[in-house]
Amino acid sequence: MNHIAPGRNAGVYNYDEIDRRFVAERVEQFRAQVARRLSGELTEEEFKPLRLMNGLYLQLHAYMLRVAVPYGVLTSRQMRKLADIGRKYDKGYGHFTTRQNLQFNWIKLEETPEILNELAEVDMHALQTSGNCVRNVTTDQFVGAAKDEVVDGRVYAEILRQWTTLHPEFTYLPRKFKIAIMGSEKDRAAIRIHDVGVFAKRNEQGEIGFAFYAGGGLGRSPFIGKLIREWVAEEDFVAYLEAILRVYNQYGRRDNIYKARIKILVHELGQEKFTAEVEEEFARLRGPKYRLAPEIVAEIRRRFGGPSFEELPPVSAALEQAKAGNEAFARWVAVNVTEHKAPGYAVATISLKPAGGIPGDATSEQMELVADLADQYSAGEIRVSHAQNLVLAHVKQDDLFALWTALEGAGLGTANVGLIGDIIACPGLDYCALANARSIPLAQAISARFADPARQQLIGELGIKISGCINACGHHHVGAIGILGVDKKGVEFYQITIGGDPTLTTAIGDILGPAVTEDEAVDAIEAIVEVYLANRHDGESFLATLKRVGHGPFKERVYAAD
Amino acid sequence: MPLIKDGRIVEDDWTHVPDGEDVPADRPAIISFERWQAERASFEGRNAALGVRVKSGTLAPAIAPDLERFALVAIEFPKFRDGRGFSTARELRERYGFAGEIRAVGHFIPDQYQFAVRTGFTSAEAPANTNPESWARALTEITVAFQPSLDDPQPLSLLRRRLGA
Repeated sequence: MNHIAPGRNAGVYNYDEIDRRFVAERVEQFRAQVARRLSGELTEEEFKPLRLMNGLYLQLHAYMLRVAVPYGVLTSRQMRKLADIGRKYDKGYGHFTTRQNLQFNWIKLEETPEILNELAEVDMHALQTSGNCVRNVTTDQFVGAAKDEVVDGRVYAEILRQWTTLHPEFTYLPRKFKIAIMGSEKDRAAIRIHDVGVFAKRNEQGEIGFAFYAGGGLGRSPFIGKLIREWVAEEDFVAYLEAILRVYNQYGRRDNIYKARIKILVHELGQEKFTAEVEEEFARLRGPKYRLAPEIVAEIRRRFGGPSFEELPPVSAALEQAKAGNEAFARWVAVNVTEHKAPGYAVATISLKPAGGIPGDATSEQMELVADLADQYSAGEIRVSHAQNLVLAHVKQDDLFALWTALEGAGLGTANVGLIGDIIACPGLDYCALANARSIPLAQAISARFADPARQQLIGELGIKISGCINACGHHHVGAIGILGVDKKGVEFYQITIGGDPTLTTAIGDILGPAVTEDEAVDAIEAIVEVYLANRHDGESFLATLKRVGHGPFKERVYAAD
Repeated sequence: MPLIKDGRIVEDDWTHVPDGEDVPADRPAIISFERWQAERASFEGRNAALGVRVKSGTLAPAIAPDLERFALVAIEFPKFRDGRGFSTARELRERYGFAGEIRAVGHFIPDQYQFAVRTGFTSAEAPANTNPESWARALTEITVAFQPSLDDPQPLSLLRRRLGA
């Protein structure tokens, strides 16, 4: 295998020979499993979880391969490899997901071992991106760069990645298991809608510890994660998770796929009983065997690359000048650029949501361009956000104009991050075998309706999330405006909810009224926005206005014609 | 049914005795946990080894009080996807200190064999037409592990270690 070394400056965990050997062995293992399936030694039923745990999913029209992007951080070389695979084995593009991964939607089963082999060349894999195991751990897309960061979650996400990889006890869980971790004051990882949400923080002595939330999840019965422990010391991080998973593996329901997630166990046992079970197991597990020693954490941290920052003035004259001279650029900076912890640097989000586009899709050429721009301006590192956008996390403010100019030229300069056009949508009935309705065309129609960037900026922060079925992969429950596709006697309808919130103040949206058709849905969204604009006080968010005026005016306006 | 131990097919000294049939007094026999609960008095004074077969929903704490009466615990996998048995085995070993044989029975595939060994199983029953090579390879194809386990009891150390020697 030709191994391609990662760039030294990118903030990813650097593999060593043991890590590489493991991934290579896993590829060979899967190759043998495919052969045993083809020979009939494995039944389709037996093969299915094995392929799922290698990221291979059977969709409506073809196999889909979901490539793991651990905690959403990629090197430029890895991105180029993804572009290359997209061109060689797919239709020249890939799709970034709400779990910070990348999906190829048109894959052939027999080519999969070869693709996995190519991924291994750049220290990538598709392990545990599907199946009833612990999935890829997600975190804040601004990790290691954000000004409000307290703890760098990547180190702990990597520890979890390793600890959960082929975990002998927890690979055949009742259902999939998703963990999100964040270490900033603001929750950008939606941790309370995960099976386990981890909030990394520091105590007064500056020591690192973790608050644990458990039992969150969307799907047909949405639950918000409950706080089960305020403080778990760093050395107990693994032991505590091991305790949660052991309780879940033993007591989680296996009789009904819709009741098998940990949220149902937490709900049925009650928060107190569940917590007591975990604490009992934790008390037994705590000890030298599962202790996460500070040397281990230091070693993992050492294996992370990362840029060294130049000393720069906090305000860039070049940036101010460029903003003054170009309105579109100034808007992009206002909307897509976030403060960096280092003076003179900035975090730039590249929207994968052009007006009328497919949320999260990127062509191989776009991936290559982003890789080049990452090399030029951002330490060769790229992040995938759970909102299905890409992030260049370490851009000098002086370089922002040049970066934007290059992005603009490739149709990647859309200024709508966090705005109404930045829609999260699942693949829906265009791809997915589970879906009841298409998500993508509706997302396209809405983003086209609100294409005017000035209008989007005027409306302000407003998240729309669309799921094509009740499994809620588009997180519609926690969208300020959520849209759920439903099937009514073979016709696609859309149910609208308002008032959802994915941050630490998590809230599930309320259903506004009867489901509407696709055309009506676009009008309904516009009506909701107009009611908001007509009622909002200065600087008031959509959720704050909704709380103040109630559902009445929104409902009245949307269903006025009926 | 071929019995797999240490990655190869070996002779099985044990007999599964269905409920209602006589339990041979002179050789190792495996009875159901339900039968044990109903007829435990009848096994007083038995000299030959006794094993117990538990359903996947019967967890370690339920059998723990009687563990010293058993030389073998057979943990049933009703479907190979039901992974409760991995926790049961681990709890039997780590929490209750069971030192006898732990056997995987029911629907269990070679692709799970290494997980079983790492959580404390010592043997597995395979279907009659099984491919012995798949079981042998299952123990050698992955040589790196990231967690402490029953066959590798060191602490987390660097999280990843070599299996075997």
